[in-house]
Amino acid sequence: MTATTSAPSYVPTPRATTIGFSNLLRSEWTKLRSVRSTYWTAAVAVLASLVIGLLVTAQDEHNLIHHRDSLDGFDPVMSALTGFFLAQVAVGALGVLTISSEYGTGMIRATLGAVPQRRTLLAAKGLVFLVSVFVVAEVLSFSAFWIGQSILHPSGAGVSLGDPGIARAVFGGGLYLTAVGMLGFGLGALIRHTAGALSAFFGIMFASTALVDLLPTTWRNHVINYMPINAGSQILSTQPDHGALSPWHGFVVLCCYGVVAVVGATFLITRRDA
Amino acid sequence: MIEIRDLTKVYGSQKAVNGLSFDIAPGRVTGFLGPNGAGKSTTMRMIVGLDRPTGGTIRINGRRYGEIMRPLHEVGAVLETGSVHSGRSAFNHLLCLAQSNGIPRRRVDEVLGTVGLETAAKRRAGKFSLGMGQRLGLAAALLGDPPVLLCDEPVNGLDPEGILWIRTLLRSLAAEGRTVFVSSHLMSEMALTADHLIVVGKGRLIADASTAEVIAGSSLNSVLVRSPQVTHLAGLLTAQGASVTEEADGALRVTGAEPAEIGDIAASAAIALHELSPQQASLEEAFMELTHDSVDYRPEQVA
Repeated sequence: MTATTSAPSYVPTPRATTIGFSNLLRSEWTKLRSVRSTYWTAAVAVLASLVIGLLVTAQDEHNLIHHRDSLDGFDPVMSALTGFFLAQVAVGALGVLTISSEYGTGMIRATLGAVPQRRTLLAAKGLVFLVSVFVVAEVLSFSAFWIGQSILHPSGAGVSLGDPGIARAVFGGGLYLTAVGMLGFGLGALIRHTAGALSAFFGIMFASTALVDLLPTTWRNHVINYMPINAGSQILSTQPDHGALSPWHGFVVLCCYGVVAVVGATFLITRRDA
Repeated sequence: MIEIRDLTKVYGSQKAVNGLSFDIAPGRVTGFLGPNGAGKSTTMRMIVGLDRPTGGTIRINGRRYGEIMRPLHEVGAVLETGSVHSGRSAFNHLLCLAQSNGIPRRRVDEVLGTVGLETAAKRRAGKFSLGMGQRLGLAAALLGDPPVLLCDEPVNGLDPEGILWIRTLLRSLAAEGRTVFVSSHLMSEMALTADHLIVVGKGRLIADASTAEVIAGSSLNSVLVRSPQVTHLAGLLTAQGASVTEEADGALRVTGAEPAEIGDIAASAAIALHELSPQQASLEEAFMELTHDSVDYRPEQVA
């Protein structure tokens, strides 16, 4: 059997000399916007932030007017952003799924076949996810803030962005969700299995606090400030807890959790078989 | 051109691939055969950089896979089916892969047309049949119009029309001067598709030869002889060193002698011949003979 009698007619495309990082960004953006889990988790985050913010500020407003609760210690930003503590679960889950679903479905074989430069790929994927989360989270944070302050207006508890520390706290709400998303993404890339990575995410975010409660009180009161939610939420607080980390210090601590996971995943991604 | 040298992959204590060396030349279809567990898929995965070799090297047109920028232009691979996110449409699956290598969007429509999935482009890949999944995998491999194409079991799940279609496609791609490397369990299909064969067993190279040579090498190539004087003829043939077995219907199956020799022997003894027909072993028989000692799991012989 001879292959052919005619002359070979195939002319190859000239060799590319660069990966083209913008190509990877476009590709990852297509991936993010073309699966339903993105829209489901985004819908949960939006609904949780806005609806819970509305309900909690309405309740607070009711108490402030009718029960003459003191305005001392009342945090109008935290009240409006209460929904973020549920939204963060959706954001973390999306971070996990962004990468674990590629391993779960086998898509990763096609992805790495097209882009063998694995660390560059991870960077593009992480960047597209985090920028998307950041934009949505900031819109959510400012929206929830304005809804909340208009509800709190009659009692005089409402604040405006120009008041001291308020702009930082509202902007910080978006940063907080982004940092939580980074933790989810890093764990997804590190663990590669959706269920395992989600468990790790819940463990680090929520169960760790319960474990710290088992420590002797003097230790506990110190260590608890470094737990991800306790540390990170300082950036959206305008009434700091006694002994808590400062807003930016706390935010950096929260980011460290995500950075450790991402760095670990970056280290391992070229060493493991896909 | 793919050059594989001393390729080894160890999982724990298991050597899945053990010192493989061979070349895959352009301009022809090279078949990759071996029993289950012979290391075929592992080798394919190492070629496209999914698994790291424990030892040895793989060069694709002179370079390691990891050094290739935008490899869809250089190597198209159809590995296991289901290398696709089940929730994403066929079009978006191909689009995100195309974008990652700077391939324009219109090329996605082109390859969907090539594999006959235009009408299914908006459907989620998770809803595809096995055959449609194979077509989608092939579409992804063709995106960059690559000079090298790798297919792991491409006809799995295809209907006869699909099998014919993929055979014609692979042969025409090879005829254009591309390197085409295909693994399959279907020997009859490989006999029709492949010009050259790489046979592996237990991670080692067993044969690297043209399909015709592999078949010609089988000891099962024989000559079927019918004659009114079989007993006499059998005695003469055995005396000449041929091996003779009598079939149930009275015919003789002769190995170790060419038809011309048998005819001459019969003529010199004035024995009439009613049939003298060479019987070529099938690729399947030749393959079974080659890999007999390297099958991991074999059912007990049924008496």
